[in-house]
Amino acid sequence: MNLTLLPLLQQLLLVLAAIVLFLSFVLLAQVRLISAIHAFAWQGALVAAVTAVVAATGQVHHLYFSAALTLALKALLIPWMLHRLIRQLELERHTESLQSPALVTMGAVALVIFSYWLVLPMIHAEMTFTRNIIAISLSVVLIGLLMMVFRTQAVAQVLGFMSMENGLFLAAVSATDGMPLVVELGVAFDVLVAMVLFGVFFLQLRDSIDSLDVDRLNRLRETGGDSQ
Amino acid sequence: MSLTTLLTPTLSMDTALHLAGLAVVLALLSAVVSLAAGRARWVLRRVATPLLGCVGLAALAAGVMALLVGEVVSVTLPLGLPWLPWHIRLDALSAFFLAVIGVVTCAVGLYGPSYVRGFEYGKDSLTALGGFSGLFLTGMLLVVLADDAFLFMVAWELMSLSSYFLVAFHHEHAENRRAAFLYLLMAHVGGLMILLAYGVLAAFGDSFAFVDLRAAPVPAVWAGVAFALAFVGFGMKAGLVPLHAWLPEAHPVAPSHISALMSGVMLKVAVYGFIRVCFDLIGQIQWQWGVVVLAIGCLSALFGVLAALMQTDLKRLLAYSSVENLGIIFIALGLSLVFLSADFTELGALAFVAALYHCLNHALFKGLLFLGAGTILHSTHERDLDQMGGLLRRMPWTGLFFLVGVLSISALPPFNGFVSEWLTFQAALQAWQLDSGVLRSLIPIASAVLALTGALVAVTFVKVYGIAFLGQARSRHVRRAHRAPWGMLAGQGLLAVLCLALGVLPTWIIGLIDAVPRQVLGDGLPHAGASGWLWLTPVSPQTASYSGPLVVLMLAGIGLTAFWGLNHLWAKGAAVRWVRRGDAWDCGFAPPSSRMQYTATAFAQPIRRVFGMVFHIEESVTTQEDGSTRHRLRISDRFWGVLYLPIARAVESSARRVVRLQSGNVRVYLGWTLATLVGLLWIIT
Amino acid sequence: MGDLLTAPGWGIAVFQSLLYVALAPLLVGWLRKVKARLQNRRGPSLLQPYRDLYKLLAKEARVAHTASPLFRAAPYIVFTATWMAAATVPLLVVDLPTAAIADIIVLVGLLALARVFLALAGMDVGTAFGGMGASREMLIGALAEPAMLMAVFTLAMTAHSTNLSSVIDHHLSDGFVLRPSYLFALGGLVLVAIAETGRIPVDNPTTHLELTMVHEAMLLEYSGRHLALMEWAAQVKLLLYGTLIVNVFFPWGIGQGWSPAALGLGLAAVVGKLAVLAAALAVGETVLAKMRLFRAPAFLNLALLLSLLGLLSHVILEVGA
Repeated sequence: MNLTLLPLLQQLLLVLAAIVLFLSFVLLAQVRLISAIHAFAWQGALVAAVTAVVAATGQVHHLYFSAALTLALKALLIPWMLHRLIRQLELERHTESLQSPALVTMGAVALVIFSYWLVLPMIHAEMTFTRNIIAISLSVVLIGLLMMVFRTQAVAQVLGFMSMENGLFLAAVSATDGMPLVVELGVAFDVLVAMVLFGVFFLQLRDSIDSLDVDRLNRLRETGGDSQ
Repeated sequence: MSLTTLLTPTLSMDTALHLAGLAVVLALLSAVVSLAAGRARWVLRRVATPLLGCVGLAALAAGVMALLVGEVVSVTLPLGLPWLPWHIRLDALSAFFLAVIGVVTCAVGLYGPSYVRGFEYGKDSLTALGGFSGLFLTGMLLVVLADDAFLFMVAWELMSLSSYFLVAFHHEHAENRRAAFLYLLMAHVGGLMILLAYGVLAAFGDSFAFVDLRAAPVPAVWAGVAFALAFVGFGMKAGLVPLHAWLPEAHPVAPSHISALMSGVMLKVAVYGFIRVCFDLIGQIQWQWGVVVLAIGCLSALFGVLAALMQTDLKRLLAYSSVENLGIIFIALGLSLVFLSADFTELGALAFVAALYHCLNHALFKGLLFLGAGTILHSTHERDLDQMGGLLRRMPWTGLFFLVGVLSISALPPFNGFVSEWLTFQAALQAWQLDSGVLRSLIPIASAVLALTGALVAVTFVKVYGIAFLGQARSRHVRRAHRAPWGMLAGQGLLAVLCLALGVLPTWIIGLIDAVPRQVLGDGLPHAGASGWLWLTPVSPQTASYSGPLVVLMLAGIGLTAFWGLNHLWAKGAAVRWVRRGDAWDCGFAPPSSRMQYTATAFAQPIRRVFGMVFHIEESVTTQEDGSTRHRLRISDRFWGVLYLPIARAVESSARRVVRLQSGNVRVYLGWTLATLVGLLWIIT
Repeated sequence: MGDLLTAPGWGIAVFQSLLYVALAPLLVGWLRKVKARLQNRRGPSLLQPYRDLYKLLAKEARVAHTASPLFRAAPYIVFTATWMAAATVPLLVVDLPTAAIADIIVLVGLLALARVFLALAGMDVGTAFGGMGASREMLIGALAEPAMLMAVFTLAMTAHSTNLSSVIDHHLSDGFVLRPSYLFALGGLVLVAIAETGRIPVDNPTTHLELTMVHEAMLLEYSGRHLALMEWAAQVKLLLYGTLIVNVFFPWGIGQGWSPAALGLGLAAVVGKLAVLAAALAVGETVLAKMRLFRAPAFLNLALLLSLLGLLSHVILEVGA
């Protein structure tokens, strides 16, 4: 594949996908919760932009609609809800640092290479463009999961979950020109409902264990016969 | 190479081989003279150590001559076992390492006599020092010349054992004995691995001669096994992480000129062994090997430099920095393996030449730095950086030579360390030619590690130089430091000049080294000097070019012009000529005393904080009864807890089980003997 | 090689490197002017840095009793190495002999040489502040250097050459191409440049608070012409990084021949681009606050991450196969 031979819109697509990946790294290592939410909002906006660009290159008109939906949902509504939640939980100045950020970042880099390696034999060499974007999407998904593993704060974990969803959406849009509109609407609705449920869950969690540190949930495990 | 044509009548492989033989004989002679000297303590200084210099000269001459001719010569000696005579072979690879051994030994021969003078009034056994130094050199020379596994192993063990006695030279301290024991143990485990690797190859080649091993039809799986064994065995000797633990213990405790030999040369002999076995004997390279070597090289480089940065003992710091440099060499070798496995022979040769060049460079600058550390030790009896300071004004020549070593090891242009690092980077940047996407993305990460390592080396050695040579003296011994004797200066000066020369004239050196990849890999670097001696163009002039001579010329030109212009032309016009001396300004606080300076520990503190997770750090500040505070800092190697202690514990517990056999009853022992005998006989039939 | 080493080529190379030294104070003057305007001050004249240098050069140099010869040699070495590094970066035209003598890696090496001598000079007199500055400078340098190398490797892998002239040529011949790797490399290089030239938020060039200084702490003991050389070297370094950024990532306008018209156009283009870049830097410095020292590693890790992602996105997104 030669980049210089691609049309400008496809080059733009690559740039946007690369920035989505970069924002995954930012989300992973961001110490301040508020900034992490902003990074997430930007990621949503970029995914929406990718959708719009795909719509423009492929003349797929229903993708314009899903771009608008993504923008409204992922870049505006959910970040706003998270913001409000954080204000309710009085976490505006909350910071949370990873145990060893350098190692986790290196792990994320390793995941990027791993997903590239995984995708390489999967797709024909003629479709390098799609394959490369799928590699990026897969690494966004994996980094989201990695974030959920290493972050202990519940809100940060939700961010990881949502960015996984971003990665899946990116893959769907770039590989198959988007899913049917009904499915997309359903997924969007699911994400929204999940967000609402998470909000309720946080408030409950805080009320019952007075913290949003998911490591505190360790106490909930079965301890055999010696419990009261 | 007009030089070659001019000298061709006098150059021949036979002469080179004779010179190499002369070197071995002289080294043995040096050992014998020392052992025979008995109570005449001057013999070591007057005869044995200068003889080492002659050994070096002969080896260097042999190596350079063989490289210039670029052919192969081999002989069979009527020594050794009846059915297995000793084979000797001098090819370009041996010649290169012969030259590396020779050049450092030369400097040690110049340096040694003044250094060992200090021991003449002590109680140390000079017989042992001289005798084992000679044997040590003999061993190294023979390893490089050996052409069969038997002679190789004999020489290898000779090298390991004699260096054990040199490490244990100051055996009155318990920690030195412990270091020597650890060294002996790990050297033997490593030796065993190498022996097994040869065993695997010999099983398919039906002989121990390298000729047969090279031709042996080894299946891919067994080739992998042989590679793994050889990598572990030679890697242990080369001090690669995580098998490095003996190195920072053993190298610093030997006398300094021996430390220079051990760090500068013996580690290179391990590299030689690795190249000989993996590139030459096994031959059928797989890309996974390259990735493993690359990864271990990266780990060693990064860990070595971080550990060096944490040290305050100068010689220990230098030893850790050897781990780092060996890591860099193995990064280049790993790159070479990757390229060779993908049939890019020319790129493989590029990385290979980078590794060899760095071997030579490391021998020179690490030798220089160890000799410098020895000079400081000789003159101040101090190894602790936090006690030094201001040595540049007390020992100006040592300071200058040490500065050259510091700049070379920090890979700064126009010195030699830069050239080899530049070549390694150039090889890594050719990764785009590879077909495998994963390798294409892994190699840039390896080069990122190399870049980080290089930058951290600069921090380490700025710390060393700034704390030891600049500022003000931090202790009484150091305030009384005196100039080094000329012999010691000559040894350092020789290496310092070579460090600069190898940085400025890389095309000549690469023209010499080029014979090695041509013989071992079948392809050299045809483009490296294609644009004339001024230009180093490893791949092609369009891809990359570096001109050491012109860089030096321009640096010197601009610098001198600026100096002359400002100090003579300008200052005359402005009627300010000289500088005026005064107290230090220091923002107008009280005049600075030597205790207000940053220490080595303080200098490394920011890095310690950033890379703290690599080590096990215990730090505490306690307030004494008199109100003063005391800062305690202990940094230990995590690998001890993770790798070595569990193994030691496992060995101990299994030994405790075996000890049950020792009942004390002779008849029980005889019973075991009988059982073993019967068992063996049964297996044989 | 031979076609580069012609007399006009050398002539233009010498002219260009002299231009570096001559223009460097002007860039600093412009930066200060814009910053002052942003802070509602009139600010000093554009030529003030020249006057400062002249004043320092005319003054007597004082050297501490405890200083070694290295202290007096260091300003010349630092200045020379920085200048030599600058000479390899195409300012007006490409295809100059200096770019062939020293490629990007040598450029990084020369800057490292300057930094090592700067740090050594800081430690030479044996004051507390000098050691502190040296320790911090080396920390920042150690983290910035790999990021810088990775960023330039991205360029080198795209152009298949480490020669800066070839990199720029390659970029020009491709025309306008959106490359994710260039975007990341640009980000990484900008962060490195900010850290290496001691600008806010990593270091404050105008600070006079001892405990927060990095670059200035190493220069505390210098005066007279020695100080002038050190300051001048810092200004050349700023110009070098600025030129590197604008001419590699936005090479349009740089001369490709040696005609006077190409030179003039190149000069106009580079001055314009640098003015914009410096104005952007001034805005950044006005809105940002200086970080604590131990936030600097995070800043530089971001630079390293950006450069690494640049390399990876080059491999994954732009090459294929």
